[in-house]
Amino acid sequence: MVQELEVVREIIRRGLNNNQLVLLSELRVNSYRSLTSALRSLSRKYSISVSTLKVNAKVLRDLNLIDVRGSDRVREVVLTPMGHFVADLLGIHPVIKDLDLDGKHVEILAEKSRLVRKYVLEMIADAGSGHLGASLSVVDILTTLYMARMRYDVKNPRWPLRDRLILSKGHAAPALYAVLAMVGFISFDELRKFRDVEGVLQGHPDIDVPGVDMVSGSLGQGLSVGCGMALALKNDGVPAKVYVVMGDGELDEGQVWEAALTASKLRLDNLVAIIDRNGYQQEGVTEAVKPLEPLVMKWISFGWHVIEVDGHDFEQLIRAFNEADQVWGKPTVIIAHTVKGKGFPPAEGNNKYHSRPVSREEIRSAGII
Amino acid sequence: MRLVLGKSLIELGLKYRDLYVVDADSASHTMTSLFAENFPDRFVNVGISEQDLVGVASGLASCGKRVVVCTYTSFLMRAWEQIRNTVARAKLNVKLVGTHSGISNFGDGPSHQCFEDIALMRVIPNVKVVVPADSVELRQCLNELLRDEGPAYMRVGRDEDFRVYDECRCELGVANVVVDGYDVVIVAIGSMVSESVKAVKELEGLGISAAVIDSHTVKPLDSNTILKYVRATGAVVVAEEHNVLGGLGSAVAEVVVRDYPVPMEFVGVRDMFGHSARSLEDLRKFLGLTSSDIVRAATKVVRSR
Repeated sequence: MVQELEVVREIIRRGLNNNQLVLLSELRVNSYRSLTSALRSLSRKYSISVSTLKVNAKVLRDLNLIDVRGSDRVREVVLTPMGHFVADLLGIHPVIKDLDLDGKHVEILAEKSRLVRKYVLEMIADAGSGHLGASLSVVDILTTLYMARMRYDVKNPRWPLRDRLILSKGHAAPALYAVLAMVGFISFDELRKFRDVEGVLQGHPDIDVPGVDMVSGSLGQGLSVGCGMALALKNDGVPAKVYVVMGDGELDEGQVWEAALTASKLRLDNLVAIIDRNGYQQEGVTEAVKPLEPLVMKWISFGWHVIEVDGHDFEQLIRAFNEADQVWGKPTVIIAHTVKGKGFPPAEGNNKYHSRPVSREEIRSAGII
Repeated sequence: MRLVLGKSLIELGLKYRDLYVVDADSASHTMTSLFAENFPDRFVNVGISEQDLVGVASGLASCGKRVVVCTYTSFLMRAWEQIRNTVARAKLNVKLVGTHSGISNFGDGPSHQCFEDIALMRVIPNVKVVVPADSVELRQCLNELLRDEGPAYMRVGRDEDFRVYDECRCELGVANVVVDGYDVVIVAIGSMVSESVKAVKELEGLGISAAVIDSHTVKPLDSNTILKYVRATGAVVVAEEHNVLGGLGSAVAEVVVRDYPVPMEFVGVRDMFGHSARSLEDLRKFLGLTSSDIVRAATKVVRSR
């Protein structure tokens, strides 16, 4: 598989000219408000005429490597997941490794997260049930992953070389569904049928939903599955990542720690676990139900690379994912400190909203719709 | 039995480059060690952690691998919920093989003797359940299972091989008729197929002609073959190294009761735990799983017809 990838790499390299490579490498790290502004800026930077760049951008667009996406208000020129993959495969290392952190990218992510939260609340209100608190705390993590990190192809959800995400805390399904709709895996109409017998979006993720990589709903199982995925990808030489998003209450499950040992034993450096550390579980504060602290030390002692971040700070999240990419020979866990119910003031830090339904009136009076 | 399992896995490992075997620190006992020696890159020992075992297998399968999970039946059942909620719900290509099943692990006692696995696996949607009668059939069944897509559970014994076949075919969902007869039909699985064949000879002496069906696929059950013989004989005995609740007996009864009710008898473990024994035959007698028990049941059922 590694050799096969070499061949693919060579074929792609021969197929693209230098101007196209410039476009790919730049778009890999920078986003532009429009194609025109991108071409103008790159023309200045590389002293290539705008018309030459334009012709090559069209070629890349036809190849489905770059895309202009977004609504009227927020438009951007970006690499498609396939474009990202090609750029990574060719090893066109960007001038700066980090994503553009000058505020523009963060601003876009913040806007997307705001929309995701709105959809989450509407879905739960329409369905009359759903886990509100845990869905809202994980939104920024999922937005960052799906909109700034992961490679996938919405037209081919089973693309073998894609990055995988397992939402091991399956009760946060509304957040995942909203993000999957925003990136184009599922339609917004489908969101309205959340928890409906007519719809595919069940209370907890099912494999039949495009973009869902693994079933979940029973806590504690995702990390083991992630180990299996990461092992298969690694053995096949596929440069893809496996992200497993867990809740903190979920860490009560013994299987998580079995998997933590397995990942460490197998040196799965393509596996990244993210813990949505909102501090609560169904019956109360995690430290009262079954104390988890010192959590960082636990993971270190299990052989993991540990990063602690504010799970609502996009810059910190992006830096953490970048850091995880650099780790060699061991898995990474990102402990993301979050607020349960984040973005819906009545629920913030209020565990009564663990699985309490909300009405559209409540959402409206909170100024969200 | 387990030696054949290990050897078959080597053959299959050569045939399928995407075959992985995952094991919970039991390789030298389940004989998957033979696979591990030949294909170390495609073998994972996750340690003594059955829940993780099933999870890791699920992850491998979701990336397109054929996966055989192998450990002691009793402890594989510890991961029942993982099997239900991940393997079966996601229809993953994971073949679960439980070894040391039934009475085959006579010495270790009730903790290691599992009589509940068929019932537990049978009730999970999408999961096929296969119980080979002997090592010849085991090899065939494993071949068939790996050609097939989706989740399945196969129950295997330990050392003793109660040979029934010199050669046999194993088509999933199609039972093998081992002996033909017209007074009573004995539907059996695992080592009870060989006990049933012994019983046929005893029954002949009593003037009863018994047919024996080896229903190696418990799910989906070959109701056609079974009903054909039930209609012809009007009496049925089910024999299995399993609790009489929920196993093959229940599966056959579900079909018979609905489509052609006839007198029926169950030879199996009478809703109790096993016991340590010095020999397999001792335990067989202790639990009532001998050919004589089958003969008694057959005589009774024929009389009440």
